[in-house]
Amino acid sequence: MSFPWANEYKPSHPLMVWMDEKLPLPRLVYNAVGGGYEVPRNLNYFWNFGFLAGLCLVMQIVTGIVLAMHYGGDTRVAFNSTEHIMRDVNWGWLMRYAHANGASAFFVVIYLHIFRGFFYSSYKAPREMIWLIGVVIFLLMMATAFMGYVLPWGQMSYWGAQVITGLFSAIPLVGDAFREWLLGGFAPDNATLNRFFSLHFLLPFVILGVVILHVWALHIPGSSNPTGVEVKSESDTVPFYPYYIGKDGWTVALFMVLFGIAVFFMPNALGHPDNYVPANPMQTPAHIVPEWYFWPFYAILRAFTVDFLIVPAKLMGVLAMFSAILVWFFLPWLDRSPVRSGSYRPLYRKFFWFGLVPAMAVLFYCGGAPAEEPFVMLSQLASLYYFAHFLIIVPIVSSIERPDPLPFSITEAVLGADDKASLGGQG
Amino acid sequence: MIRIISLAVGAFFTLALLLAFGTGAVNYISEPPAPSAEKVFHEHPKEAKFASDGPFGHFDEAQLQRGFAVYQNVCAACHSISQVAYRDLEKLGYNEAEVKAIAAKATINAKDPLSGEMKDRPGLPADKFPPVVYAGAGHPPDLSLITKARHGGAAYVYSLLTGYTEQPAELIKRFPDAKLKPDSGLHYNPYFANLNIAMTPPLASDDLVTYSDGTKATKDQMAKDVAAFLVWTAEPNLEKRHQVGFVWVLFMLFATVLGYMSYRNIWADKKGH
Repeated sequence: MSFPWANEYKPSHPLMVWMDEKLPLPRLVYNAVGGGYEVPRNLNYFWNFGFLAGLCLVMQIVTGIVLAMHYGGDTRVAFNSTEHIMRDVNWGWLMRYAHANGASAFFVVIYLHIFRGFFYSSYKAPREMIWLIGVVIFLLMMATAFMGYVLPWGQMSYWGAQVITGLFSAIPLVGDAFREWLLGGFAPDNATLNRFFSLHFLLPFVILGVVILHVWALHIPGSSNPTGVEVKSESDTVPFYPYYIGKDGWTVALFMVLFGIAVFFMPNALGHPDNYVPANPMQTPAHIVPEWYFWPFYAILRAFTVDFLIVPAKLMGVLAMFSAILVWFFLPWLDRSPVRSGSYRPLYRKFFWFGLVPAMAVLFYCGGAPAEEPFVMLSQLASLYYFAHFLIIVPIVSSIERPDPLPFSITEAVLGADDKASLGGQG
Repeated sequence: MIRIISLAVGAFFTLALLLAFGTGAVNYISEPPAPSAEKVFHEHPKEAKFASDGPFGHFDEAQLQRGFAVYQNVCAACHSISQVAYRDLEKLGYNEAEVKAIAAKATINAKDPLSGEMKDRPGLPADKFPPVVYAGAGHPPDLSLITKARHGGAAYVYSLLTGYTEQPAELIKRFPDAKLKPDSGLHYNPYFANLNIAMTPPLASDDLVTYSDGTKATKDQMAKDVAAFLVWTAEPNLEKRHQVGFVWVLFMLFATVLGYMSYRNIWADKKGH
């Protein structure tokens, strides 16, 4: 599971020797995120977001547990108990703002982590399993975030729940029954709030478990790297500790600077004002919008405005919205280029920077905009590109593209070809 | 095989989107969406400066007390601030005795501990501001969170309060249906989302309150003061948040510099970094 030159865990203190015989947990940690894990030496800063995502998860769990101590999951008290946290609980405002903005920070980091994967084809063999588990984590995160947003029981909580659960009623025949089963009623109400609170508490721990699988799967082949060339020799890698702990460490501090600016100085910038209005089933907000991290998929949902063949428009939208993420599962088999890194794939790189990234930006923008022209037409074009990119362009590009020559090894990529001879003795 | 399926699925979605786009484009060209009165005449909040704005934002106690006076004398007739407790008023600079006196003027309907019946009693500092029973039609919203519950926050509240005006002739010319009937009970206000608000102009004349600090109670001054007060009701911990924020950000910047230096140090023996 590791390279032969990796450091071995050698406990020196008698207690640690004893511990290693009974339960080799320190050894596991050492091999997972310590001196025993050999990592390519050429990782750029796009490889920092996995570590930051783990940090976000821990932060969300800690602040969330504190919030749950003061929150009341009942429609009669939910809104007021949230305000009670903001006003009367010591440091409650900090816990809530850190939790709400923590969700946004988590998604910022995760989107960058996923797009790192797209550019450097991190999903390719032998790392398909890491990718598949990662997509599962993303889906679990979306479910968790959606249910968390319902808990304050503001206007957008209520109407968001109404709209998102309403999507399931598009399923033919069983849709309405399924929706009622999900909600525990005909509309979001106390039964809905209770189960969402219960699941919102449970799912982060499920995510934690799946994250452990994600990291486990990562440690089988080891980390990918910006050249996409696999590790060949000892000179290609450095131990995770201290090298990448040092690199991740300072970006954690930088992340905390940016996160602090959001939490302390603009805590409501990413939220919707309507969620400071208590839920009112009798009054529909002018524009129902989900949280910003759902906007690309919300834009795809709303892009399908006409029936197609025998499929009604609403069902098309729902199918497309789910498919937009499900296609990621198939990427390892759709992209058959032998070259991983976008740096050596001139054609793929163009489609990435001038196709996928702008399309995603347009979807982000249109998802938050009202459902009117020109935003609907723009999101139709962007969604069209989105599906074409993954389902048509990527498979075709991967067969016709002529990749640039790859470096011989990671070491050569870092040090240049001239130094190769001098490193001969280290291999 | 998977690539054939992929192409088919891709064609399915892209063709559906092409059809949707085409239909939308044809409709857009044949029947361009007519601009609505709200689209054309709605105005963004005026530029208004408040002490609580920005990273150095803090509360101006004197202004909050003036705003509280406006709330009590004008807004409280119809609007509650049910998230706020009387004890919170100490943060506006009132002392304990003053807070007790303010609370005692309110009537709170609560369970009498001796008889177990619901009875009216004078308010206590621990009480929250009581609900306001509004006799007219409509539902005046609770104002505790209003500056966080509207785009534009305090500037919106200030603009709305000072924004009442006659319907522009231009509007009636372009949208004859939008002309307000005298018995509609609505008032034109371009800062309100749909331009017509049921609330009668609350600050219709100067000197609706007498400020104890001698400030002249113009309409503009009252609107600004009450908007500042409503920032406080929505976010009573704003000052503490800013103070802690500075400590946090400065400490983390320091940690970033230290962290970066140790990172460079650790990697010093690895050429190429």
